[in-house]
Amino acid sequence: MQTIEELLRAHPFFDDFDPATVALLAGCATSVRFAPGEVIFREAEPADAFYVLQSGRVALQVHHPAGGALVTSTVEHDEVLGWSWLVPPYRWTADAVAVAETNAVRFAAGCLRGTCADDPAVGYVFLRKIAQVLAHRLASANRRLLDLYGGGDRP
Amino acid sequence: MTAATARETVGTDPMVPRLFRVVHTRRDTRDTHTLVLEPTDGVPLPFRPGQFTMLHSFGVGEVPISISGDPAHPEVLEHTIRNVGAVTASLVAAQPGTILGVRGPFGTGWEVGDGKGGDVVFVAGGIGLAPLRPAILEVIAQRSRYGRVVLLYGSRTPEDLLYADDLRAWARDGGVRVETTVDNGPPGWTGRVGFVTDLVPRAGFNPVTAFAHICGPEVMMRAVATALRDRGVSGTRLRLSMERNMKCGIGLCGHCQLRELFVCVDGPVFDHDRIGPLLSKWEL
Ligand SMILES: Cc1cc2nc3c(=O)[nH]c(=O)nc-3n(C[C@H](O)[C@H](O)[C@H](O)COP(=O)(O)OP(=O)(O)OC[C@H]3O[C@@H](n4cnc5c(N)ncnc54)[C@H](O)[C@@H]3O)c2cc1C
Ligand code: FES
Repeated sequence: MQTIEELLRAHPFFDDFDPATVALLAGCATSVRFAPGEVIFREAEPADAFYVLQSGRVALQVHHPAGGALVTSTVEHDEVLGWSWLVPPYRWTADAVAVAETNAVRFAAGCLRGTCADDPAVGYVFLRKIAQVLAHRLASANRRLLDLYGGGDRP
Repeated sequence: MTAATARETVGTDPMVPRLFRVVHTRRDTRDTHTLVLEPTDGVPLPFRPGQFTMLHSFGVGEVPISISGDPAHPEVLEHTIRNVGAVTASLVAAQPGTILGVRGPFGTGWEVGDGKGGDVVFVAGGIGLAPLRPAILEVIAQRSRYGRVVLLYGSRTPEDLLYADDLRAWARDGGVRVETTVDNGPPGWTGRVGFVTDLVPRAGFNPVTAFAHICGPEVMMRAVATALRDRGVSGTRLRLSMERNMKCGIGLCGHCQLRELFVCVDGPVFDHDRIGPLLSKWEL
């Protein structure tokens, strides 16, 4: 069985971190597993964690005023889940629900924030990586907003 | 000119449609139907994957539509048509027995065979899977001659994914890694939600040996081409299919002109090296 440190080193999110930093960060982390349908976090609740996905799939959902939940994006292995722990007011902006059996490494947000504050160099790399993830998600969302394939209102 | 040669000339005049009978129709999605046609004279219509015909609904009009059938079966002609206006509405409403006019096949093909020995990446958005289907079938028919074969396919919603049975069969029996994603997912959807470019980093292909074939709206093709080039796929190994309004389909009228190119004869399938600079300028 791989240690958390090994799991993190094998994950693309940690490509830019040196081994000593990964070892330090591993101290904030535990291994977790979610069953299909399990809620990982809910919109507006305190953002107390950051997840690095090893396998499975998580759906990010927002509630539709007409009822029901709309899946706005999914996150899978080799990706990360959650950025709200990094910026005030530290609240989730969507629901996250596992849609397949999902294995992940969970970081305690307080511990991560403390590590980033204590070592601004680590904080900078973290911010840059999260900004990259956010930029990618924003571009993906913008392109989907264009409704390129069109025709939603056609019979 | 004898009567026989005159008939022959008429038969091969690219401006004169041949008559085809609709033998089968299938509703693929709420706005997209596939028509299976057979020539009334029984003469097959061989084509290269990526080519299109000018499809004529008598009394309504004529539009360019890519051939979506199997190149190994030129005795039937398949077209997958999305209803966006007058002519396409009339085509998707055609019933078995309806006679349609067909000119062509016209234009350049994907020429997937150029990629033998290497990996092949197909990237489709929406109705863009239709023009790629013959190329995918060609690769599957000679599967052992290619390396990894990947299909990345994005659509608006799960209900808009075309050829659901094919997608399953290609993944199960065709040796194709099929990855789909939708722009947004309804409640309970457990598949992937995201733009088709999100699939590129996890596609698993060798960018040096791979040939990539992209078809979809221009904004999507530009984004995918950029993502693939960033991964190291060269512009000469990256092909995409362009759409422009067409009238003659044979390089005479200029309707389809894109700078110095006529999409109907120089395309619709182009190398990214050639079309990339025009894509970015003419896209929006
Ligand atoms: C080489 C080529 C291959 C094609 N292959 C297919 C195919 O396999 N299946 C298919 O369904 N369609 C295909 N098309 C597009 C198809 O030709 C058009 O949708 C059709 O000409 C529209 O005619 P219409 O009379 O139904 O609609 P129109 O009344 O002419 O147009 C209705 C609306 O659709 C828009 N529109 C028209 N043409 C296009 C277009 N090319 N792309 C996007 N929007 C358009 C118009 O701006 C207008 O808003 C292809 C086009 C080309 C050039
Ligand atoms: S459609 Fe007439 S020149 Fe291309």
